[in-house]
Amino acid sequence: MTATDVLQLLADGLVLGTMYGLIAVGYTMVYGILQIINFAHGEIYMLGGFGALFVYAWVPGLRAVSLWLALPVLLVAAVVVSVAAAVAAERFAYRPLRGAPRLAPLITAIGLSLFLQQVVFNFFTLPGGSVGVTAPVPFPQLPGEPLHLGGVTLSHAALLTLVVAALAMVVLTWFVARTRTGRAMQATAQDPKTARLMGIDTDRVIVVAFAIGALLAAVACVTQGLRLGTISYNMGFIAGLKGFTAAVLGGIGNIKGAMLGGVVLGVAEALASGLLPHLPALHMFGGSVWKDVWAFVILIVVLLIRPQGLLGERIADRA
Amino acid sequence: MTALLEVEDLRVAYGKVEAVKGISFRVEEGQAVTLIGTNGAGKTTTLHTLSGLLAPSAGRIRFRGQDLAGVPAHQVVALGLAHSPEGRHIFPRLSVEENLLLGAFLRKDADGIADDTERAYVLFPRLRERRTQAAGTLSGGEQQMLAMARALMCRPRLLMLDEPSMGLSPLMMKKIMATVRELKAAGTTILLVEQNARAALALADQAYVMETGRLVLSGSGRTLLDDDSVRKAYLGEA
Repeated sequence: MTATDVLQLLADGLVLGTMYGLIAVGYTMVYGILQIINFAHGEIYMLGGFGALFVYAWVPGLRAVSLWLALPVLLVAAVVVSVAAAVAAERFAYRPLRGAPRLAPLITAIGLSLFLQQVVFNFFTLPGGSVGVTAPVPFPQLPGEPLHLGGVTLSHAALLTLVVAALAMVVLTWFVARTRTGRAMQATAQDPKTARLMGIDTDRVIVVAFAIGALLAAVACVTQGLRLGTISYNMGFIAGLKGFTAAVLGGIGNIKGAMLGGVVLGVAEALASGLLPHLPALHMFGGSVWKDVWAFVILIVVLLIRPQGLLGERIADRA
Repeated sequence: MTALLEVEDLRVAYGKVEAVKGISFRVEEGQAVTLIGTNGAGKTTTLHTLSGLLAPSAGRIRFRGQDLAGVPAHQVVALGLAHSPEGRHIFPRLSVEENLLLGAFLRKDADGIADDTERAYVLFPRLRERRTQAAGTLSGGEQQMLAMARALMCRPRLLMLDEPSMGLSPLMMKKIMATVRELKAAGTTILLVEQNARAALALADQAYVMETGRLVLSGSGRTLLDDDSVRKAYLGEA
């Protein structure tokens, strides 16, 4: 195990982690405003990948051009599908349960997860294929050789993930802090009733929060498909769990915390699966089989020390 | 001549419990009207219903001639009805200035907003000193100043103040009530809910006493200050 190998692990972890972070932002924004965990967010993410693949497979001519040229179309398709699903979920599944006990939207979310998985499982069809997808399906791959930066190898898809995540965080931070809608979101998160007294349409703010989360999740799923080469109807389950973990790790409700939590989680996973097998005392706990265990060990340890998460604030009870 | 605000036989219920049991009152343009009464009398519920946060179970609210039935809270403020809620409810993690700007959320006139922000700082110089500070770090009195200033940022036709002096030191209480008088003198129409009955009655043109969801007494502020039952029940006199 050389220093370069460790650097490579860190880079892989960073890529994976920013992908988790993109998912985590959706959990954290919705939680920040509604105090509900949208457990269907993993499926919203998954739908983005299938939306992109659907357009890529069915729109004639798209496969004839370089994937770099088709990529914007794929991203738009992913975003449209995910945002539409998230907005519909908010409107028809969550909004009727506003004011219901906390458990009700949580159970709804689980039901919605299964429903969305089954829709793809039973109905997603590729040209010439049978109806439904039971196994992982191939996702188009970006052409070109991986890049070598100081001994670290990064695929185009990995680099794209980093660029997209960085860009998303810059734009989102600006949006929340500087725009009218962003200020309305902050006000709604801090005190929804009083926000209405200011003239803020809090229902609209909630829709915007769901939509932004879905947008970032959709993009995350496309990068994941590009990196791994396949997507599957049930990929949202573990990705959603990791995104949620990242959000809690960073301090749920805090957008920067969500990205930080994602990175911590991704790096921890990469080190656990790549580094531990080389350590004499711990080698039996290394490898990719153990990576999820280590991810949750990190979560438990951080929450024991900082229950509010890395960047979370200890909030007094709402009056 | 119709009143700025007309409330007719208003009833509000939380589930089966009726908190407001058919009240009627008016607020004329330029007046300061106060609603006094003990905790749980239904005063805050009344204000919440006027600003659209609660839906009435019966009765009518007319503001500037318009029926407010079914108008959601975020549109009521657009009509010029501002509500400074009980417990201040400033946005704790936003700065003082961001709080003020949220008060002007529906306005598009940048120049006018800048003028009114300046006016708020003139009215409350303390807020100018703390303009970049997170509102949650302000003292109770400063938070109350901010809540009032924020409500004024929409250039309200009617300013509703719910318990502005609650939980404040006697000195700060005096200051806040002096500001309310100042606002009234400047022509602002005010509906004041206040547990400090003496101060409220002293400045009110018209006053109502609320008990368990009903208005049991009304008159000018002066008259009620001299009323025996009011003196006993609300002014702590034997």
